[in-house]
Amino acid sequence: MDHISPVLWQFLVKWLTHFALFPPEASKIAPEMDALYFFMALVSLVGLTLVILLVLGFSILYNKNRHPKAIQIEGSTILEATWTIIPLGLFLIMFVWGALLYFRIYTPPANAMNIYVVGKQWMWKVEHPGGQHEINALHVPTGRAVQLTLISQDVFHSFSIPAFRVKREAIPGRYSTVWFEATTPGTYHLFCTQYCGTNHSQMIGDVVVMTPDDFKKWLDGSTSGNSLAQDGERLFASLSCNACHNTRPDARGPSLANVYDSRLTLSTGETVTADDAYLRQAILNPSQHTIQGYAPIMPTYQGQVSEEGVIALVEYIKNLDSDYRVQQTLNTTDLVPEGQAGKAPTAGQKPAAQKGVKP
Amino acid sequence: MSAATIINLPDQSTARIPKMNFLTKENGLLSWLLTGDHKRIATLYLISITFFFFIGGALAGLIRLELLTPQTDLMAADTYNKVFTMHGVIMVFFFLVPSVPATIGNFLIPMMVGARDLALPKVNLLSWYLYVIAGCMAIYTMAAGGVDTGWTFTTPLSTHYLNTHVISTGLAIFVAGFSSIFTGLNFIVTIHKMRCPGMTWFRLPLFVWSNYAASILMVLGTPVLAITLVLVVLERSLHIGVFDPAYGGDPILFQHLFWFYSHPAVYIMILPGMGVISEVVSTFSRKRVFGYTAVAFSSVAIAVFGFFVWAHHMFIMGISNYAALVFSLLTMLVAVPSAIKIFNWAFTLYKGSITFETPMLYAFGFMGLFTIGGMTGVFLGATGTDIHLTETYFIVAHFHFVMVGGMLMAFLSGIHFWWPKWTGRMYPEKISQLAAIVTFIGFNFTFFPQFILGTLGMPRRYAAYPPEFQALNVFSTAGATILGVGYLLPILYLTWSLKYGEIAGNNPWQATGLEWQTQSPPLTENFPVIPIMDHEAYDYDWLEKQEQKEVASVG
Repeated sequence: MDHISPVLWQFLVKWLTHFALFPPEASKIAPEMDALYFFMALVSLVGLTLVILLVLGFSILYNKNRHPKAIQIEGSTILEATWTIIPLGLFLIMFVWGALLYFRIYTPPANAMNIYVVGKQWMWKVEHPGGQHEINALHVPTGRAVQLTLISQDVFHSFSIPAFRVKREAIPGRYSTVWFEATTPGTYHLFCTQYCGTNHSQMIGDVVVMTPDDFKKWLDGSTSGNSLAQDGERLFASLSCNACHNTRPDARGPSLANVYDSRLTLSTGETVTADDAYLRQAILNPSQHTIQGYAPIMPTYQGQVSEEGVIALVEYIKNLDSDYRVQQTLNTTDLVPEGQAGKAPTAGQKPAAQKGVKP
Repeated sequence: MSAATIINLPDQSTARIPKMNFLTKENGLLSWLLTGDHKRIATLYLISITFFFFIGGALAGLIRLELLTPQTDLMAADTYNKVFTMHGVIMVFFFLVPSVPATIGNFLIPMMVGARDLALPKVNLLSWYLYVIAGCMAIYTMAAGGVDTGWTFTTPLSTHYLNTHVISTGLAIFVAGFSSIFTGLNFIVTIHKMRCPGMTWFRLPLFVWSNYAASILMVLGTPVLAITLVLVVLERSLHIGVFDPAYGGDPILFQHLFWFYSHPAVYIMILPGMGVISEVVSTFSRKRVFGYTAVAFSSVAIAVFGFFVWAHHMFIMGISNYAALVFSLLTMLVAVPSAIKIFNWAFTLYKGSITFETPMLYAFGFMGLFTIGGMTGVFLGATGTDIHLTETYFIVAHFHFVMVGGMLMAFLSGIHFWWPKWTGRMYPEKISQLAAIVTFIGFNFTFFPQFILGTLGMPRRYAAYPPEFQALNVFSTAGATILGVGYLLPILYLTWSLKYGEIAGNNPWQATGLEWQTQSPPLTENFPVIPIMDHEAYDYDWLEKQEQKEVASVG
């Protein structure tokens, strides 16, 4: 090999030894999806071999030298039925098998740990409920179902983790979810797979799978001091949400305690479940989501709250299990707008005693 | 394989190209630019789409060169984005959609049904002018700085976030769409109303059936694309809120509308190619197509089912799980007629008398590559595996197997097959067989590694990629250079053959279609007298008797 330059030689050796052929299986669903993949690959291989054998075989048997005069044949209903029904049967098996996987991947279990992901040109921002923020990285523990709630701040992105065999579009203006359970600690690729503009190929990152102990250590070491719900609480106060959503009997907005996952009746008579998507819409586009019995007076917060802000608010509302919490929030903010105290004379003075008091 | 051949040429020392034919009838540029003759318009189309094919091909070459290394070192990321966008736009709208229908179809359909021209010759010329106007707009876009939306124009990226020439590209495709609507309309009217006496529906060559099915898709599908692009242009220029959530629009709506055209468009591209394969396989095995009716109806079935599978492009995009279920099932159903066709072609060979001229080699290439392309489509049609494989190089490989391995192979097969009819001269056989083999090998080298890349998770439309994907990308780029040679060869020897090719005579392949029973190149009127169809399609016994009669009457 003297005539090959050493640089080229090294280059050849380097990339021939880093020759990936199949992605690692690092989630619970991965081996199951691969089983279907290999089943389909096998069927394709058999089908292709059959076609090649037929074409080659007939070409040899019936070439003009050997078989100078063609024998005309109309067709054969039995043969044609065979090659209609067998492929159809195989395709239907693949359809059912595929659909079972699809429903599993896109139906998160109720006890999954939820992590929010916001996509924007050109980065992934990850928000853990404990207040840990990550950019272009995602840390997850093994052995625990993790649900991702995705949204995009601008254009379509797509959150793809090939080693987990999961992928979900991050859509502007609506939440989408996907879940997985990581099995093997390690660092895996995270790609944006939906073309999203100039630096599409830079919108990549690492998914770090850790053992539960390591993950706990990581969580403790990466906290920003506030949980996501606490961030939401601050935002709730600073946007003066509590001016109306203040749990008092005369409140202009409905109480938000335990509202998450409850059934609500809208002023249109429609009933909806107050899930993440509904809460987001109700904050950004309130006139379309007025609750029965309340006037449509809430202003829109479109453009005033970022997607992370909305996520924090939703997370705060999710964790509100009693009016008491809101009243605490009320307390802290009423200290701020001194000048407005006259308009709401009793506000904040004795929150616990306010129930039943009418001005 | 042996040198057995069915080529039956007249004595070269005495044979002459007929003095009077559609090429020589009138001279001068204007006689071409104002022609109503479907064969001249087909020739104009052939030249224009070849021009765009080589632009699109050059762009593909740039893409493959950039992907030789993991870094963005040949061009910047935004240049790369423009290159792959223009590659997609040009190849889809300016090559694949018009390729077989507007060239080979335009040339042959009137002759195959026994008519003197298409039903609406002036509309046919208008189609070509619209195509040229659209082509000029596309070239203007490239010259002015290009566009980087991807050929799919995903909103709100295309309507809000990019500052490249989206509007001129959108309008170019809008205009090109009308070219294709008019072509489809013309074919439908011609096939319904202009068939010669005795030409019943089930005596039509399968090429006509498949173009008929494709025409229906063109006429019904393209208007939706046109409206969608107008909405994109309006949202971009006037900020009306249709697709962009920031203005109260719904970005998923765009996906529905775009794929409502663009999935059937895949069948617009492949169906006419399937028609070519039916003709070629029958001719070179001297046999009626096995199960004529099944093949004819499978074209129609593909056209009908093809309209109801569009949402399989959106399985991961937040459509409801149940919608995904329905669209996945329909996708599986549309795969069946394609499987039927493949097996029917294979069994057409059974007990035939097969020869291996160039068109047949391309047709064999088509059958192999289309089988792979079709089967990998099932990987993507099954919802579960689609999650992992979509938006990766797997999908790139899949549609290149169908579009390039399928349609382009069929196009080249058809061009070689009808070249003697078109020009009156044969192409050189040996070198073209070599070109067919080189194309097949180069194609597999280029696109097969991309299936593995996709399975590994390499996303499409990436200018830079992780280094462990390099080896396969190097394979792919190396294959692309072989493929490039395979495509350059025909342009060279076909041009050469215009002057130096052997005189072909009326029917060098001894094929049965009506187009072969007239002179080569045909008269402007196609036939001296309107033929009367008194036999089934692909009736080789009729052809034999016909020849015996001629010998008897001449002798």
